[in-house]
Amino acid sequence: MLETIWFLLWGILWAVYFMLDGFDLGLGTLMPVLAKNETERRIVYRVMGPFWDGNEVWLITAGGVTFAAFPTTYAAMFSGLYSALMLILFALIIRGVSFAFRDEVHTPGWKRFWDVCLTIGSFLPALLLGVAFANIFQGLPYDKDFVYQGTLFTLLNPYGIAGGVLFVLLFLVHGSLWLAVKSEGELQARAGKMVSKLWAALLVVAVIFLLATRRQTFLYDNYTANPVLFLIPLLAVLALIATRLFIAKAAWWKAWFASSTTIVAVTLFGVVGLYPKLLPSSLDPAFSLTIANSSSSPLTLKIMLVVALTFVPLVIAYQVWVHYLFRHKSTAEDLEEGEIY
Amino acid sequence: MDALILSRLQFAVATFFHFIFVPLTLGLSILVAIMETIYVKTGNEEYLRMAKFWGKIFIINFAVGVVTGITLEFQFGTNWARYSRYVGDIFGSILAIEATLAFFLESTFLAVWIFGWNRLSPKLHCLSIWLVAFASNLSAFWILMANAWMQHPVGYTIRNGRAELTDFLAVVTQPFGFQIYFHTISGAYILAGFVVMGISAYHLLRKQHLAFFTKSFRMGLILALIFSLAEIVQGHIHGAEVAKIQPAKLAAMESLWETQADAPQTLFLIPDVKNERNLLEFGKIPGALSLLAYHSRNATVKGLKDFPKEDRPPVLLTFIAFRVMVGLGFLFALLTLVGWFKRHQLEDSPRYLKIMLYAIPLPYVALQAGWIVTEVGRQPWIVYGLMRTKDAVSPIAASQVGVTLAAFIAVYAALGVVAFYLIAKHVRRGPEPAAAAPGLGEG
Repeated sequence: MLETIWFLLWGILWAVYFMLDGFDLGLGTLMPVLAKNETERRIVYRVMGPFWDGNEVWLITAGGVTFAAFPTTYAAMFSGLYSALMLILFALIIRGVSFAFRDEVHTPGWKRFWDVCLTIGSFLPALLLGVAFANIFQGLPYDKDFVYQGTLFTLLNPYGIAGGVLFVLLFLVHGSLWLAVKSEGELQARAGKMVSKLWAALLVVAVIFLLATRRQTFLYDNYTANPVLFLIPLLAVLALIATRLFIAKAAWWKAWFASSTTIVAVTLFGVVGLYPKLLPSSLDPAFSLTIANSSSSPLTLKIMLVVALTFVPLVIAYQVWVHYLFRHKSTAEDLEEGEIY
Repeated sequence: MDALILSRLQFAVATFFHFIFVPLTLGLSILVAIMETIYVKTGNEEYLRMAKFWGKIFIINFAVGVVTGITLEFQFGTNWARYSRYVGDIFGSILAIEATLAFFLESTFLAVWIFGWNRLSPKLHCLSIWLVAFASNLSAFWILMANAWMQHPVGYTIRNGRAELTDFLAVVTQPFGFQIYFHTISGAYILAGFVVMGISAYHLLRKQHLAFFTKSFRMGLILALIFSLAEIVQGHIHGAEVAKIQPAKLAAMESLWETQADAPQTLFLIPDVKNERNLLEFGKIPGALSLLAYHSRNATVKGLKDFPKEDRPPVLLTFIAFRVMVGLGFLFALLTLVGWFKRHQLEDSPRYLKIMLYAIPLPYVALQAGWIVTEVGRQPWIVYGLMRTKDAVSPIAASQVGVTLAAFIAVYAALGVVAFYLIAKHVRRGPEPAAAAPGLGEG
């Protein structure tokens, strides 16, 4: 029971991470296309500025919870996906400092350099997290000692790449919606136009991915066993359609929430399909890491549950407050405000 | 080279680099919070300018600290999978608690502080930097408690082929953990004080922004003075705990080969590891080591020869790092004591200011040396007495580790250069000019 609760919390943490960091990873990737001049680029940075770091802590927490609740999975997953994770890590490093460093020196070359870091550093994690999760859904070559028998290129199979493209598109839509919410005028119009095109591409890839999932993975087994669970993928589909409807009405906040729902539902669709496995083995189902053979002791799970149920709501409360505090749109005038970044 | 040695090097690079940036944030966040508090209480704009000037240095440091901190959390899984699997039940949960309790708070409210100048009342704005300071220091607490468990595992049992938690409170309140915490935090505060003093000295030597940097200098001085003195006392207590808990580490710190009662403290010696002896010993104070370690001259101190060779830490590195740390620790107390008597005539003490300017790197050296004593001195164990480092590494190819090690060195070197360039640039430019209001600032 405890293991199952933690499995769900584990999935929810990843889902929340994708929903939150998704918009700034997506927007960081799109910045060269959306922002046409220095003022617009600074606005793009500004609409992410107060939030991106708080969002990224959800990744730390998701990683930390994998370590705390399912240490054997954490060990097998992080050492197995070594190269992919290191690439994500380096990307997050150059991206993270670009926020702090970019406006410290006022030469175009300096700024361009950090803009490139932001874009690469946003795109790579989006892509690789998608590739990694699709491969987890599909199963990875883990042997009986939970040692990974593949390489980085094992991950780059068609289904894995489809997962990567899906994540990138989900985040691009999410990020352009965020810019549409947070900006005005031309920039907002450009984001709005962009998101319509991106949505169409996302729809195509999402359909392909859902169909391929049927062929490539066992995820649907849980759903056919408990048809009521089909509500989760149904929610994903409805939220995706709602996103489009709200985009058509230029109801940006609503579209952003619909897009958030899509990301969460897509993640949960995968996670619920995985249950009770965390890391299925493609060599032999018996070599899979599950909640039974990889979780922490009941005492640790209990303590962690108390900590999580006490403090995560608090975190959510103050992060929501921060969104309320910085609820304004960012404009050129806004950039002149006294801050010290 | 195999995956083990490469992973150790990689972890060393990642932690050392991380800990160049973190300690300054621990102490500077508190100083900035105090500056802003004085501004809120008195309305003196100079303190606002101080909070912003020093706050900027804090932010640059924080940014590098954050991105290099993620590396460490990843590395336990990527490079030390066997370790993670064996102790994740305890160690993993402490890291997860750190993220949930401290890191969220720190990251979220730093953004509030940076972007909230015109959106919050001065009081609430000031509260946000206090939350950042609190969370930074809380974060350090959890991380150091996790480290303390690697030094002195408690509250666990071996079950299901791994270490499982039996007593959570024992893990997070173990006295040795508090020793490590106070020792590290004090070191970090000394460092922050010295950086503030050194940078202030730079401007005072140039006779610019005198009032601004005299005030700053004194704040740094008080912080560094208190903790330099406290560190000497606490360091002694800490050392005595190490003697009890990790006798092999103590023997390596002192390069003591023979087990003996009434063990002397040798002021100068050169370890000759190959022949298991010391060269050129002089300045022996009879009984002093027994007295320092066990508070009794008659106490027996176990020498390295009484530990099997495979249980001994690298002696030379541990020994040198310990001497460097202790020597610098006393120097910090001396320099800050001198500063205390010169605090009213700083401008007229150019020689002292110059020394303080060039002393900036010293606390960095001392902190890194301290970590060498802690971590190298713990070898060959990753968890003292429980798991050996060589049994902890991931089953991964050496080439993977080698490539990423090279990448870490390249990226971190570049990052370090850029960060210090930006800090130096900011420091040289000095604080923003005071607002036109008459009577404020020194023009």
